[in-house]
Amino acid sequence: MSAIIGRKMASKGILNMNQFLLGSRVFASRTFSSSAKEMTVRDALNSALDEEMSADPKVFVMGEEVGEYQGAYKITKGLLDKYGPDRVVDTPITEAGFTGIGVGAAYHGLRPVIEFMTFNFSMQAIDHIINSAAKSNYMSAGQISVPIVFRGPNGAAAGVGAQHSQCYAAWFAACPGLKVLAPYSSEDARGLLKAAIRDPDPVVFLENELLYGESFPVSAEALDSSFSLPIGKAKIEREGKDVTITAFSKMVGYALQAAEILAKEGISAEVINLRSIRPLDRPTINASVRKTNRLVTLEEGFPQHGVGAEICASVVEESFEYLDAPVERISGADVPMPYAANLERMAVPQVEDIVRAAKRACYRAEKSVRMAAAA
Amino acid sequence: MALSTNRTAINHLLKPLTVSTRHLSSATITIETSLPFTPHKIDPPSRAVETNPKELMKFFNDMALMRRMEIAADSLYKAKLIRGFCHLYDGQEAVAIGMEAAITKKDCIITAYRDHCIFLARGGGLHESFAELMGRKDGCSKGKGSSMHFYKKESAFYGGHGIVGAQVPLGIGLSFAQKYSKEEHVTFAMYGDGAANQGQLFEALNMAALWDLPAILVCENNHYGMGTAEWRAAKSSAYYKRGDYVPGLKVDGMDALAVKQACKFAKEHVLKNGPIILEMDTYRYHGHSMSDPGSTYRTRDEISGIRQERDPIERIRKLILAHDIATEKELKDIEKEKRKVVDEAIAKAKESPMPDPSELFTNVYVKGFGVAVFGADRKEVRATLP
Repeated sequence: MSAIIGRKMASKGILNMNQFLLGSRVFASRTFSSSAKEMTVRDALNSALDEEMSADPKVFVMGEEVGEYQGAYKITKGLLDKYGPDRVVDTPITEAGFTGIGVGAAYHGLRPVIEFMTFNFSMQAIDHIINSAAKSNYMSAGQISVPIVFRGPNGAAAGVGAQHSQCYAAWFAACPGLKVLAPYSSEDARGLLKAAIRDPDPVVFLENELLYGESFPVSAEALDSSFSLPIGKAKIEREGKDVTITAFSKMVGYALQAAEILAKEGISAEVINLRSIRPLDRPTINASVRKTNRLVTLEEGFPQHGVGAEICASVVEESFEYLDAPVERISGADVPMPYAANLERMAVPQVEDIVRAAKRACYRAEKSVRMAAAA
Repeated sequence: MALSTNRTAINHLLKPLTVSTRHLSSATITIETSLPFTPHKIDPPSRAVETNPKELMKFFNDMALMRRMEIAADSLYKAKLIRGFCHLYDGQEAVAIGMEAAITKKDCIITAYRDHCIFLARGGGLHESFAELMGRKDGCSKGKGSSMHFYKKESAFYGGHGIVGAQVPLGIGLSFAQKYSKEEHVTFAMYGDGAANQGQLFEALNMAALWDLPAILVCENNHYGMGTAEWRAAKSSAYYKRGDYVPGLKVDGMDALAVKQACKFAKEHVLKNGPIILEMDTYRYHGHSMSDPGSTYRTRDEISGIRQERDPIERIRKLILAHDIATEKELKDIEKEKRKVVDEAIAKAKESPMPDPSELFTNVYVKGFGVAVFGADRKEVRATLP
């Protein structure tokens, strides 16, 4: 029951490093319409960018290696050839500078898509994301709007260590003025990225490196260039009645696996793919908890002040009488990401953690084998 | 020739920076700048600046209004009608005025928090300025911004920024958009000697130079970054040279005509050649902000010395008198008029109400999707985002 860890080494400046050692496939959604086609998340993002750039000449892409290198993770592959260097702009390694330039371009009416090679590097530019982008519409009472997208891989990859593994969902989602999206499947990736690019406000678009190579079925509707998904609406990936599991990004796949295992033990788990961290779809989450009466929040990032903490607070505030058990929280470990494979496995949620927490919430917990580690 | 002053106070409130009268001539006068321009990797423009009586009178009018506004803001702050931060521009007026004379309202300007006078120069009104300072709903940012967050998008004034140095990459971004859209316009990104050491400035300047963006970096060197004199903050305080491969020009920032000449020159340059740095040697009479007396790190003699020798309004006054464009009394009358106009604007702004409580939740997003938003006590104060 060890979890899947896709190994893909990709870091700045290293060429030709793809070594896929994927274990079993992530379970795909079962609630799609007629799907003849499968598409990787990478292709989903690429096609979304392509279509939005084609539809609106004001959309341009800027970031490190987005052009001639075809994208550090190949998300922008082919775009330079198609749209030219004026619209697919390679930058020096200067996040503060190019993020500020992107925000300034958005002030003046363009629609930039700024790529961070990973969101760990967004910290160099976070002042521009928050103070120059998120707050401008408010401070100017609506004069200066900022139709910008900040996108890139977020959270843990595999074996990349402490400085390259942080999840930024909670930090960005705390800020009024930002919208924060986290796709899981290829349909999510297409629909949410298109929505983000069309949105008039600053959007932080949190992808996941290990999902880029995953294939998902896509409906004909999702393949249409006018397709988009609503911002602020979660998706029930799997219906259930005994316990609600909320998740986003890669953890949705883990939650679905956990739900399969739980089903065999007679526990029907409802899996919610948040899709939107800000705005958070509180109505959907609360409606689900009012139905199941039990909640497990799942995320990859640090626990303290995380996304799960917000969901828990929201449910306690709005649906307290419906809870039959305390809210359970599964998250990354409260430590910087270690490198050694065994420690790394302990530092991120595994499917068995989710199963165990769901059982606890259902008062069906097995005898706990608690590990006490001295600091 | 007589100076006709037929305008009423109402006109002043509606058109804040009024142009001089129809009786003034547009006949060219050529005046030499106070000092030659000091160039860095470029041939400097000529010291001989073309102007005319109409323009000189406009300079005088506009700077007198700005000076009056900032002094009035000082009193309002001390009367606790203005709260928080208030950074005053008196002494630096020539930079705002000279720049405006060289450009159009399609050229962009972005600056930091010492922004009141740039706002006026871009066509902002007195009433909306004072209302904003006092946090009233008629303020240019509906009272939600404050002194540091004045904007006027329709005349390409992009604020009004509180984070030192952030406005420079933003400004270079404006110039990126101008070039992308094939506009034949430029951006002036203004910053101080304190911000001149910011890393992001060099990051963005590198990109501006790489991509030949029409960006003019204007360093308003008033020699003090808050309480720190330039020689204590910068290994090299030759800010016009700090662009290295980017050419620069050092300008007497207290001479509105020199500023105008430099900005005109810079605009022509960047449209063809990529960025340039203009260092305006200027001075602020007030401290960094209203919390700073401004005399603990500089001597009162220094401040009064600059007022005596280099005041920008005095310079224009002397030129006007020397060329018989107006009499001393006429100029004094203009200053009295500005005082009156400012006082009236303040009185009117005081009557503007505070913003409606519902405004707490507006403009968070352009498109809020009707999502719930909460006040301090979420069970008490809850709204939906429009």
